[in-house]
Amino acid sequence: MEKNMVAQKDDSAFQMVKREFLRDKWALTCLVLLSIVLLTIFVWSLFLDQDKVMTVDILRQYERPGVDGMLLGADQGGRDVLAMLILGAKNSIMIGLAVTVLMLVIGILFGVIAGYYGGIVDNLMMRFLDFMMTLPMLLLVIVIVSIIPHYTMMTFVLVMGAFYWVSTARLIRSKALSEARKDYISAAKTSGTSDLRIIFGELIPNLSSIIVVEAILSLTANIGIEVGLTFLGFGLPDSVPSLGTLISYAQDPDVLTAKFWVWLPASLLILFICVGISYVGNVVRRTLDARQRLG
Amino acid sequence: MAKTIIRRLLIMIPELVILSILVFMLAKLMPGDPFTGLLTPQTSAEQIHQLKVQAGLYDPWYVQYWHWIVRMFHGDLGMSYQFKSPVASLIAERATNTLWLSLLTVILSYAIAIPLGVVAGRYENSKKDKLIQFYSFVVYAIPAFVFYLLGVYIFGYKLHWFPTSGSVSVNAEEGMSYLFSRIDHMILPAVLMALLSTTSIIQYLRSEIIDNTNQDFVKTARAKGVSERSVFWKHILRNSLLPIAAFFGYSITGLLGGSIFVETIFGYPGMGLLFMDSIGSRDYSVITALVMLYGALNLLGTLLSDIVLSIVDPRVRIE
Repeated sequence: MEKNMVAQKDDSAFQMVKREFLRDKWALTCLVLLSIVLLTIFVWSLFLDQDKVMTVDILRQYERPGVDGMLLGADQGGRDVLAMLILGAKNSIMIGLAVTVLMLVIGILFGVIAGYYGGIVDNLMMRFLDFMMTLPMLLLVIVIVSIIPHYTMMTFVLVMGAFYWVSTARLIRSKALSEARKDYISAAKTSGTSDLRIIFGELIPNLSSIIVVEAILSLTANIGIEVGLTFLGFGLPDSVPSLGTLISYAQDPDVLTAKFWVWLPASLLILFICVGISYVGNVVRRTLDARQRLG
Repeated sequence: MAKTIIRRLLIMIPELVILSILVFMLAKLMPGDPFTGLLTPQTSAEQIHQLKVQAGLYDPWYVQYWHWIVRMFHGDLGMSYQFKSPVASLIAERATNTLWLSLLTVILSYAIAIPLGVVAGRYENSKKDKLIQFYSFVVYAIPAFVFYLLGVYIFGYKLHWFPTSGSVSVNAEEGMSYLFSRIDHMILPAVLMALLSTTSIIQYLRSEIIDNTNQDFVKTARAKGVSERSVFWKHILRNSLLPIAAFFGYSITGLLGGSIFVETIFGYPGMGLLFMDSIGSRDYSVITALVMLYGALNLLGTLLSDIVLSIVDPRVRIE
């Protein structure tokens, strides 16, 4: 019975989102374009061999676009910029997804436990969150990344996940706090349902719409942070291209001014991906937030 | 009131202690020898050992931590191995640059955000409001460093409107031309940073105005026959602007974090650039001091905001 109700709610929420997208032409255009771009990136990257793309060929250094069949030219190592762009975008998105999943797991657990139990538990956990909030995260991530000797994509995801779950936890906690005081939770408690069952079977499913929105919006943030860190030289390892790898070449004024084909496509792509995903996320939020729905 | 502030200050002490331990542990975990670069192949193992003993690198960690804390309170943050000068004076010099840049950014961001927030809130759901909403959404969504990079590319390298690196030009003399040169170097990064940091002020101001418009005291004012103009400027806006003041402290946190990207891209010699340089050369006395300083400033920023907020809005006072 419980399961059915949750399923029904999800279904209608999905219908609402669909209706909203059909009503808002901008959002629909955005969604379609975004799907096309993402699909292209993922399908294309299947046909690319990362080791081959990343092989340095110094003779082709900074070839202009169009030469040697390289539509976007070559970078300082003579590598095909277009191929790096596709692979880099795929890697950046995958990292963003991995960090988002990790961040959500930690954030939801932390937030729901604080919100559900309330009182002294909540108080202590919030103190900890407040402290985490004031940490200079970017600096700490950079320091930690430079300490780890042989770090891989996996360690990078863990380091980012370890820091950036804080705001998710805060949001989930505030929603869980009000949700946990509702009658159906009290009813479940009085009828003897265990805390674990209430949290995972009732509380979290009922926060699902907030979680979905938070997931979409933090995905863009995480992609942005990864690309930014790689830009600074503290993101993905050198052998793994990211959009940030291409953009970081622009730190050389000569590349920035005279060899725009190296960094500009990656910059525009990251702009498009971030703005596109947040736009879609905002439409979903608007839909699920009944007060702002268009109809 | 005083109780709230004292309590808030007391909370800060353990936070600072935990922060300092965290920072110290990180510094100790850093690989590499801080003397790298100072040594020549002729330096014997004996001399290296001597140097390490002098620097106290063989003491237990808590002794080193204690010495570090004591020295920090004496203003001694150690020597920079890279720049061969005391860390404290090095940071002080860079901090003024970052401080001026941040100050200009904060002023600009309020100057941009307040009018936009007022218009968006007053004409809710109008075309203007939608446009402002769209603007604040876009600047929130785009990754900051890409925006700076495009900015420096277009306005610095292509249009030559602004200098592309440094904080002052080499041939600027003392006096007015020095001042103008400094401002000239700050304008582009400050404007770009300010544009990106307007979102929260706009959104907060807008929703405050919309909320206040439906409050009873506004209805009362209207019922009394106060003119529409006066209702908006004196009753709604005044009440909506107060909480915005409290954002000031929080924006320090955001600006400091952002300063790493801005300063790297604009080659602006502030604390962010110093941090990146030090990371590159494993200059860990500087790294440690900077992380500690950033953390402490963040704590101070939140403290400031919480205090201002508790002054303007008594509801948030700690019980």
